[in-house]
Amino acid sequence: MQLTAIWRRFTRQSLRASLESIALPAGAVLAALMIFGVFCALAGANPLAVYGSIYRAAFGSWSAWQNTLIRASPLMLTALCTALPARLGLVIIGNEGALVVGGLAAVSVGLGLGGSLPGGLVLLAMALGSLVAGGLWIMVAGALRHYRGVNETISSLLLNYIAIALLNHLVQGPMRDPAFVSKPSSFEIDPSAWLGTLPATRVHWGLIYGLVASVLAYVLIQRTTFGFAARTAGGNVRAARIAGLPVGKLTLAVCFLAGSCAGLAGMVEVAAVQKRLNESIVSNYGYAGILVAFVARHNPLATVLVSVLLGGILASGGILQRSHNLPDATVLVFQGIVFLCVLYSESLYGRFPIFQEREVQTEGAAVAG
Amino acid sequence: MATEALGWWGVPLGILAGTLRGSVPFLLVSLGECLTEKSGKINLGLEGTLLIGAMSAYAISYLSSGIVGPTLAPWLGVLAAGLAGMGLGAIHGWLSQQPRVNDVAVGIAMIIFGGGLANFFGKPFIQPQAPQLPTLPAGGWSSLPQVQSALQVSPLFLLGVAIVPLMSWFFKSTRWGLYVRAVGDSPDAARAMGISIFWVRMAAIVGGSFLAGIGGASLSLFYPGVWTERISSGQGLMAVALVIFARWQPWQCLWASLLFGGAQALGPAFQSVGIDSYYYLFNAAPYILTLVIMIITCSPKRTLAGAPGALGKDS
Repeated sequence: MQLTAIWRRFTRQSLRASLESIALPAGAVLAALMIFGVFCALAGANPLAVYGSIYRAAFGSWSAWQNTLIRASPLMLTALCTALPARLGLVIIGNEGALVVGGLAAVSVGLGLGGSLPGGLVLLAMALGSLVAGGLWIMVAGALRHYRGVNETISSLLLNYIAIALLNHLVQGPMRDPAFVSKPSSFEIDPSAWLGTLPATRVHWGLIYGLVASVLAYVLIQRTTFGFAARTAGGNVRAARIAGLPVGKLTLAVCFLAGSCAGLAGMVEVAAVQKRLNESIVSNYGYAGILVAFVARHNPLATVLVSVLLGGILASGGILQRSHNLPDATVLVFQGIVFLCVLYSESLYGRFPIFQEREVQTEGAAVAG
Repeated sequence: MATEALGWWGVPLGILAGTLRGSVPFLLVSLGECLTEKSGKINLGLEGTLLIGAMSAYAISYLSSGIVGPTLAPWLGVLAAGLAGMGLGAIHGWLSQQPRVNDVAVGIAMIIFGGGLANFFGKPFIQPQAPQLPTLPAGGWSSLPQVQSALQVSPLFLLGVAIVPLMSWFFKSTRWGLYVRAVGDSPDAARAMGISIFWVRMAAIVGGSFLAGIGGASLSLFYPGVWTERISSGQGLMAVALVIFARWQPWQCLWASLLFGGAQALGPAFQSVGIDSYYYLFNAAPYILTLVIMIITCSPKRTLAGAPGALGKDS
């Protein structure tokens, strides 16, 4: 009784509602594992052995955990690019493009300042550059939506392709390092401005960026007047306008914040992983982030968990090829099945009486009486 | 490139040839997406459908060429591509109509799932050479071999062009076309007419995916004519933009596909005469064009003219 009251106070929903929002996705993942098991069996592999391999490669050891976390950190950031505008009722899928322009801005700043200033300052400037570039990029989609009524899903999708074309143009031409022959790339960032790893790990600081951004986003959306205004406008635009909320400014601000998160993911990728700019930055973290956001139901803390789960699945890609003779794409199939099942579970909310609010009250009354 | 010896004449020829080749998948996918969106649902997953279509077509063409001969085999491949597309379409159609399930999210999951399946089953077919679809020489009037080799028309292009008036007639003058439009524009009215919204949308999505699957077949069996894991470069996603550009009209889909195919050919055509410094920016031309046209034609006061009323709304 008291426990449920404390729970309600912190989560602002009943214990049963919280259990429902944990049990349904967990059930969906289990169902996905079963479907994937049948798929593996048909492909001639032992499903249990495949599960074991995925688990070991994703979460089986400290080393596996580090691989998972390295992949999870950009996902946390790109997921926010969809999750934040979703609270305002906008479906933004320009994560990949914002990530690319963020990386582009970070490399430009890093190449301009690298070596002349202390590494920490250069990193700060790179991060700021990526935040602004990614933010402005998605703000374009928000502004087009608000001032011209252009569908934000389509415009942000188009902006992805424009960003990638811009990237290709710059690394093939103006920014190209002629000495680097394996693929057209920019010059390398000065080593003093590389993003280091956390003490005693291989995991780079991007993980902390991702965690901090997620917590900040959660607080902003759930615990501030700004977040309340955004959620109100997302629930009912007309009511929000009548209440005098500045819907246009809210749209621009939320889109800017969303884009800046994805832009920061681009900075993390170039400063910690790639060290120079080339097409490798277009690695589907953006599109995967969209799914993370939907699966996490646009809750900035749940995106952290889903990112780690997906990071684990991504980290297990190579092992299936090596130990079960399954193609690399097996992991894509698994990812697809998991997401389809979790999206289906969305339609099951409220269908199971055991999770319903009303019963909690009668139960509580019975206990109190 | 066949255009090298023609000097500056190579540019329009290159664009024309590139348009004939590059617009085929755009045409088929956009007609499929048009049919789907007329019923009020968006299918972003057509990118995955293209991939699975390309893979199935190539694999079936390769595997069956020993049995039915190299003339019939690619056509079996085209059929297989359509059927594989219908399979993915059925999943999308069912899942995206569940309560509270967002069709954009399902579409992106279907891109991953369809792409994964295509790469999973397509791995053994990356190396071998499958029999290709025949092409019709449209450059026979010219004595220049460059012109002859550049102007090749795929029968799938003709198929797409033939579907355009058919689909237009279907929407305008048939009972079933009216059902699709009613479901897409005003689900309540459709329900009052006694139409099953679920099954009409299902049929529209599955039918659209059939066309998109054939669009995939045009990639692997006509141009570029190979099966690789990255054969579709966003054409499936762009089809969504293209249908908006075309205002949900089959005839406009044809012109828009030609325009997009031509815009894609700009970069290579200019490169062939030595202008290659903006090659990659030319690749962005179709996207910028779509965005600009959307900015010009949209208005915050009303929805886009021609847009199905229920499009993008939760059912």
